[in-house]
Amino acid sequence: MTDAIVVEGVRKRYGDKSALDGLDLTVARGTVHGVLGPNGAGKTTAVRVMATLLRHDEGVVRVAGHDVRTQAGEVRRRIGLLGQHAAVDEELGGRQNLEMFGRLYHLGARRAGTRADELLERFDLADTGRKAVKLYSGGMRRRLDLAASLITEPEVLFLDEPTTGLDPRGRAEVWASVRSLVGAGTTVLLTTQYLEEADQLADRISVVDAGRVIAEGTADELKAKTGGDRIDVVLRDADRLALVASLLPGEATVDTDRRMVSAPVSDRMAALTETVRALEAAGVEAEDLSIRRPTLDEVFLHLTKEHAA
Amino acid sequence: MSGYVLTDSWTMTRRELAHWARQPVQVVVGLVFPVMLLLMFGYLIGGGRGVEGAYVDFLIPGMLALTMAFGLEATMLAVTQDLNKGVIDRFRSMPMASSAVLVGRSFADMLQSALGLLVMIGVGHAIGWRWNGGFGALLGAVGLLLLLRFAMLWAGIHLAMVAGKPELVQAVQILVWPVGFLSNAFATPESMPGWLGAAVEWNPISATATTVRDLAGIPDVATGSWAAEHAALLAVAWPLVLVAVFFPLAVSRFRRLGR
Ligand SMILES: Nc1ncnc2c1ncn2[C@@H]1O[C@H](COP(=O)(O)OP(=O)(O)OP(=O)(O)O)[C@@H](O)[C@H]1O
Ligand SMILES: [Mg+2]
Repeated sequence: MTDAIVVEGVRKRYGDKSALDGLDLTVARGTVHGVLGPNGAGKTTAVRVMATLLRHDEGVVRVAGHDVRTQAGEVRRRIGLLGQHAAVDEELGGRQNLEMFGRLYHLGARRAGTRADELLERFDLADTGRKAVKLYSGGMRRRLDLAASLITEPEVLFLDEPTTGLDPRGRAEVWASVRSLVGAGTTVLLTTQYLEEADQLADRISVVDAGRVIAEGTADELKAKTGGDRIDVVLRDADRLALVASLLPGEATVDTDRRMVSAPVSDRMAALTETVRALEAAGVEAEDLSIRRPTLDEVFLHLTKEHAA
Repeated sequence: MSGYVLTDSWTMTRRELAHWARQPVQVVVGLVFPVMLLLMFGYLIGGGRGVEGAYVDFLIPGMLALTMAFGLEATMLAVTQDLNKGVIDRFRSMPMASSAVLVGRSFADMLQSALGLLVMIGVGHAIGWRWNGGFGALLGAVGLLLLLRFAMLWAGIHLAMVAGKPELVQAVQILVWPVGFLSNAFATPESMPGWLGAAVEWNPISATATTVRDLAGIPDVATGSWAAEHAALLAVAWPLVLVAVFFPLAVSRFRRLGR
């Protein structure tokens, strides 16, 4: 089986600025791929190239088995797009929008109407009536936008920062929709600045910075890249933080607000006993002591810092 | 995909009709404004320079042609506003006929103009405009006026895409006015300095206005120049040339939006 998305050495310049600088991506069918990157990393540019909205300067992009440059029509038949900004007609109502898009997907008038009703029901928008989309809340608009990108049950779905600007409930709703789609076999490429989102949804993650992939793998693989486990020591007394930091092996970080010292460790059990002993010897009282995997936040900061160096 | 041009264009036209249904006041204002101009020029300014006979008989065909030409502004504004909307991204990511967004716009604007023309003809009749030609001639005149509108519409769509932003559209709009008034809509070319009169006669608006006057059976003052003698030919040729130039430019520009 071929991959759903293949991106090889793609470059896109705006004037003398490179938005994409040799981007490579491979996404297997039926998986969720997270593209993680800071502001200006090139996430939106990459999505627009893959969704045939923007033409790249160099490289090859194949989506659902077709070249985005020479077979844009074939690609468009097989994709759904949820852009970073709402792509619905704000003057019209939700049903009017979905019905119009259905007709433009050539479902025919009747099927376009029933499909619109199905989607409104599914995304909890059935009671919006004729209300114009510009009067919707941010969450409702996002849901309508998502519904519009699912009209034909696309093979490949692009989601560009799908939950930016949503409250926790809205976010959870979008996540649930994405999970159910993947269950149905859709391939999803999702960009995000929320590491938690990539951790929750994505099978594999590409970390992108300055138009290039700087790391790729599962969330666990990426976490392992930053040097494995960490020990967290929470103290009763914030005055002793610096002392404890000097006792721990490796480069420790201090979080004064949470009265916590955190350091990388290699051997989990040895580190635990050594730390308990060292704290006892120094007469420092610990409130909590734990060994954990690094968070994606730490991985991300580590990788982008390393890349910039 | 091209098999869907008409279906998709009709869907886009329906979109525009749905917009109208939500903003009936704007639609009415759009219809009333040219009528207001007509009444203003007809009553306030009164007799045009160099015009014999009833001024309304001379003025109304000119005003009709001018209104059709000025439709370019409305089209430009609508297109630039539309192209800056997020929904265009969705249209472009869908397997629809890529010209449909523009062709749909042109259908909707033509409908609006046909309606506007009816209203103006009605008001013109009410203020004493005589139509001495037959019914066939009237249909011919309406056809010519709409042809001019269609041509200006595609010029407007293309210029809108070249200008890109609503701010730049205003600059183009300002240029439309002198072109509109450098026509024989209000006054005969003979009443103008020679070089200006000649330029005015070649103006597409003048060609359509003169032909509509002829069709109405209103004796127009002929200068005997080539352009004036062949106004009917120009009234057909000008719009066709404009469409032949701007339609392909506009469509190919729309297709290349992402480059
Ligand atoms: N139309 C454009 N003209 C000029 N530069 C652009 C254009 N679009 C994007 N860029 C530049 O290309 C780079 C990548 O932008 P892009 O929008 O793809 O980043 P992003 O990862 O989506 O950022 P964000 O998280 O803020 O959405 C940025 O430096 C941006 O300034
Ligand atoms: Mg972006």
